[in-house]
Amino acid sequence: MTEQRRVAHIVHDNAALADHLHALWERPHTLVGWLSSTDHKDIGRRYLVTAFAFLLLGGLEALALRLQLAKPDSTLLPPEAYDQMFTMHGVSMIFLYAQPILSGFANFLWPLVLGARDMAFPRLNALSYWIFLCAGIFIYSSFLIGAAPNDGWFNYVPYAAREYNPGPNMDFMSLGIIFLGISTTIGAINFVVTWMRHRAPGMSINRLPIIVWGTLTASAANIVVIPAVSLAFFLLWLDRQFNTSFFAVEAGGQPLLWQHLFWIFGHPWVYALVLPAIGLSADAIPVLARRPLVGYTPVALATVSTMAIGFGVWVHHMFATGLPGLSLSFFSGASILIAIPSAVTVFALIATIFSGKPVINTAFLFFAAFIILFVIGGVSGFMTAAIPVDWQLTDTYFVVAHIHYVLIGINVFPVVGSLYFWLPKMTGRMLGERLGRWNFWLMFAGVNIAFLPMHLTGLWGMPRRIYTYHAGMGWSALNMITTVGAFIFAVGVLLLLVNIALSLKVGAKAGPNPWRAGTLEWATTSPPQPYNFVVIPTIASRHPLWEEDLNDTRHRSHVHRGYELSDHHETIGTTTVDAVPDIILKMPSPSLTPLLLALALSALFVGLLLHAWWVVGAAGAAILAVLAAWLWPQAHLGERLEESETAGAGS
Amino acid sequence: MTDDTADTPRVPLPVGTTGTSANGWYGMWGLVATEGSLFGFLLFGYYYLLFHNTGPWPPDGLPSLRISGPGTLILLASSGVIWWAEHHVRKGRRAVGALIVALTLAMGVVFVALQLKEWAGRPFAFGGTPYSSLYFTITGFHMAHVVVGLLVLLALLVWTALGYFDGRRNAVFRIGALYWHFVDVVWLFVFSTFYLSPYLLR
Repeated sequence: MTEQRRVAHIVHDNAALADHLHALWERPHTLVGWLSSTDHKDIGRRYLVTAFAFLLLGGLEALALRLQLAKPDSTLLPPEAYDQMFTMHGVSMIFLYAQPILSGFANFLWPLVLGARDMAFPRLNALSYWIFLCAGIFIYSSFLIGAAPNDGWFNYVPYAAREYNPGPNMDFMSLGIIFLGISTTIGAINFVVTWMRHRAPGMSINRLPIIVWGTLTASAANIVVIPAVSLAFFLLWLDRQFNTSFFAVEAGGQPLLWQHLFWIFGHPWVYALVLPAIGLSADAIPVLARRPLVGYTPVALATVSTMAIGFGVWVHHMFATGLPGLSLSFFSGASILIAIPSAVTVFALIATIFSGKPVINTAFLFFAAFIILFVIGGVSGFMTAAIPVDWQLTDTYFVVAHIHYVLIGINVFPVVGSLYFWLPKMTGRMLGERLGRWNFWLMFAGVNIAFLPMHLTGLWGMPRRIYTYHAGMGWSALNMITTVGAFIFAVGVLLLLVNIALSLKVGAKAGPNPWRAGTLEWATTSPPQPYNFVVIPTIASRHPLWEEDLNDTRHRSHVHRGYELSDHHETIGTTTVDAVPDIILKMPSPSLTPLLLALALSALFVGLLLHAWWVVGAAGAAILAVLAAWLWPQAHLGERLEESETAGAGS
Repeated sequence: MTDDTADTPRVPLPVGTTGTSANGWYGMWGLVATEGSLFGFLLFGYYYLLFHNTGPWPPDGLPSLRISGPGTLILLASSGVIWWAEHHVRKGRRAVGALIVALTLAMGVVFVALQLKEWAGRPFAFGGTPYSSLYFTITGFHMAHVVVGLLVLLALLVWTALGYFDGRRNAVFRIGALYWHFVDVVWLFVFSTFYLSPYLLR
């Protein structure tokens, strides 16, 4: 029976309570238990593994491209295969790796750093992962019939229109990205609501780790802009399959409408790919520099303002499309202005390192290299924000060099650094330092050998997306250097995999807090228990575990004394700004419905792809049935009255 | 050292899915935000193609309000009716509440029927011109949302009739009703764009 109100008792943690919670929260070690898990730590790890698999696929595609471009007049990849390879490289990295890997870290870390037992919507969290996996497989299945997407990751019309691209390639892409968008949107809403409701008492918004700010702003942006790209692909699919006239000039449509809708999504999206990664770095660097972050408030505000300005820069992808001068000037100005919050963060991180006593380990090297690559990528971005420069450089390899410095520098390097830093929390075992150094230096050398000369390739006029070039163009040596760099980088990534495999087998035990860090996740065991915390912590400062050392406040946080919430799955709900407790939330049990819903949605999208309307109808019915089972009000969650209460009611 | 847990409230707190403290209430606002953005981008597409258009817009002259006008009034009124139903549900009046939810459902069905009649009366097909593509896509998107809203109302009708809700346990009802309000409000923007703005822009 779920009572209406209850006083949550404040107790010390104890073994009996821990055992009780373990019995309540641990999922069965069976296949069904695995498939029905809604534990944010399981989902976070699955996101990381799956996104990393897509990184490896995208990396293999990149190596194929680099082999083709290593020498002039190469015939290794025919043009049509090259088109599919470079498109799927971009799609894998940007849609299937860069954002999902950050969702993996955020999913694992958020409830731990916030002092909660799980995310706001555990079943939606599982659904979001399963849809990501199914959508990735959906897009990749196009390779089976040799018809992978082939129009670059931004899919410009008219190349993407049926008249010029009659195969199913772009239908896989259109439907696959709409499908993936459902996952991203659900995940984004989950993060925002978790931030609003699932924080330990006392964790007011000025005490949030920066990863929370990064994921929060990225999620808020995704809620607003994912519909733009889903709609763009839906309209493209209608144009291709039902002869509508959104983008086709001959029928009165506007190709530039595609570019607007795509980049209204696309530019905020690239910030969504980096802000959580910057957040991970801004939380780890202070720990390794043995001091609190310099300029917490400016960094938090810079994160939010980057996203705000990020909504107003999309036209810088369209400077060469003949738009009016006034609109070009506005978007050029905004694109230059956005360098300011980025610089605030960079200087705060540099100041933290310089005024601290940095521990030079592999994780630190990756985070420090992130700062260097961020600056190089930032400067080349700042250059192309100037319209005359952009007119010279647009669609050349200069832009390719820029995007790789930005995405490898501000996404991949923080991600690998975070693996060295947080994998011990996830698995309980440390990664090897010796192998780690080789891993770092190969990746750092590889990225610079591959992409620094590429700026010159672009300045010397090599256009992007061409499948080969003639020997007399003067680009041969630069392309060979880039290919060598790409393979060095790949060896570095391989060493990372070896290091992770060795760590899982023979890695040193991590213990709860190997870095002597100050935030809440390090107060849990490594790996954390299914219920995260025996009692709900109470937070009095930004660094709950550093209060004795810093001694900058007479208040103390409590990790071992707090609310006892042990009547089935429970956690505390707090107010958004001040984090004052206002409700005891009931969490759902593990469930197979998320997986079933994702499978039914997969059937729906396959039916749409094949125009098999009976499949669409059957899948629609299955979706409704699963939703009815999922959403049917449950008395033990307090969603409806108990049977006993209902019987006596009536009117 | 002070004991900060001494400051944490030891008052009775509501338990479970309660009113506007429920996670679902916040989640539904998230859904409304993303769906609202979707309609924003749909209308952006409409105005973008309108301002790049050279022929007559709409192709068959100014739109008639004969069917769409009453439809709009019925849909907007249904928002008030579901609010009225919620009022009774929260007073614990199960039968009256269910009856009024059924009335809301009926009004939604009438709106869909009127829209289908309106569609049948259009002199143009789905594809062919930007206007016809926009017209059927955007009103179709809205109709799909109305149909989802009707399924939500159907669920609320069943659950209310089963006596699941009263003055304390009603968050599910309020969350479902919020979606219906959204479907009604967003129609105002679609309606103004297709049926009123051509009068201003002619």
